[in-house]
Amino acid sequence: MNKSIIITGLLIFVLAVLSPFWFNFITTTEAAPEPELLGKAKDAEKCVLDKYDMRANHMSLLDEWRDSVVRDADRQYKAANGNMFNMSLSTGEKSCLGCHEDKTKFCDKCHTYTSVDPYCWECHTNPKDLAQGD
Amino acid sequence: MNQKYLIPLTAVFLLFIIAYIGVEGAGLQWFFGIVFPYAAMIFFIAGFVYKVMGWAASAVPFRIPTTCGQAKSLPWIKQNSIDNPDTSTGVFVRMILEIFLFRSLFRNTKAAFNKNASNKLSYSWEIFLWIGALAFHYSFLVVILRHFRFFTSPVPSCLKMLEYFDGIVQMGLPGLFLSGVVLLAATLFLLARRIFDAKVNYISQAADYFPLFLIIGIAVTGISMRYFTKVDIIGIKTLTMGLATLNPTIPEGVGGLFYSHIFLVSILFVYFPLSKLMHMGGVFLSPTRNMANNTRAKRHINPWNYDVKTHTYAEYEDHFRDKMIEAGLPVDKKE
Repeated sequence: MNKSIIITGLLIFVLAVLSPFWFNFITTTEAAPEPELLGKAKDAEKCVLDKYDMRANHMSLLDEWRDSVVRDADRQYKAANGNMFNMSLSTGEKSCLGCHEDKTKFCDKCHTYTSVDPYCWECHTNPKDLAQGD
Repeated sequence: MNQKYLIPLTAVFLLFIIAYIGVEGAGLQWFFGIVFPYAAMIFFIAGFVYKVMGWAASAVPFRIPTTCGQAKSLPWIKQNSIDNPDTSTGVFVRMILEIFLFRSLFRNTKAAFNKNASNKLSYSWEIFLWIGALAFHYSFLVVILRHFRFFTSPVPSCLKMLEYFDGIVQMGLPGLFLSGVVLLAATLFLLARRIFDAKVNYISQAADYFPLFLIIGIAVTGISMRYFTKVDIIGIKTLTMGLATLNPTIPEGVGGLFYSHIFLVSILFVYFPLSKLMHMGGVFLSPTRNMANNTRAKRHINPWNYDVKTHTYAEYEDHFRDKMIEAGLPVDKKE
């Protein structure tokens, strides 16, 4: 095969392999987000699980909660640190959004950063969105 | 038990354990998370370029396309212009189909004795290698493309689209990605084929098993992190973005499993230019596929032919004409 074709192909391949590097040079790269702890969450300093455990496992926990609420009508969760929580995304003081007031500044920050698109909000609503809507 | 697959299997286990213990026991995050991945990347690119340039410099003296159909012939004979192309357009189509659809694997046959009383040796079409290979290559491609979400911020919408279709079954939390399942299933199938099919087993070497075990190891650690053991994904993306922006950092709270995963991937990158995996570049350069079968229409001269001193018949006759006439032999030219 023609040498210049081979070298062109090789060049394209090397550029493709190096794309994570040059892509970040030619575009502005967003830094890792710091999810904001606002209001009650800031004062509480205690979530359902430890920080890194929560970061890694919150989706499984929510999955278990969903099963527990829907199938067994059991809505109370006793955390390892002894606190009681309401197994709910958005209902009541002791729910997720009851403490972490602002979804966009808490949930969405990391989800957007890591391109995670949870389908929680296809059924659930963010109480804030509702309040604004009225 | 067969050492041809036990040794590669042990090697992959050892590599996994080395990285795991190196991080969890010795705290060598900087080595397995930064130094080795960079070194592997440099080695991969340099090795790949070196290999392909070596092939590019190799002489291909003969027109040796494999002919899988009717060659161009008389005008009333229908040519198979893809399987026996005589133009570069035909070659291009043939190469595209080879690269994207693996047509030569599609033709795979097997030889086996008939199960009925005749017990004749006969050849039959065997499509499962082709299906397994397609499933493996495409799912691996999707998995690799999906990993760009760890190297871009904000993540481009085309990647989100890919993730949407890959996770369209919406099973479990975090949502199941089909490509991961297909990748693991396909590699396990290709492995089972090598182990349980006696004829394939006979021709399989350690170098055939090692990449399979390595990729299975990568898939298992990746799937395990996503669905079972769970990891701090923000920490991991901090590390990968650090690698991509040449500003490496080691995050807190990321465990040994992740470093094992990235170490196995780095090993794959290092192993790549040294092994049969180079068919990724080599498939483009297969002389039996990328040449037009036009030897009847065009004269191809071996590029390193030196000037051979020839002695044509005309010259021969000039030389011996007198003697030939004398002996009564016929000559073309009389004086």
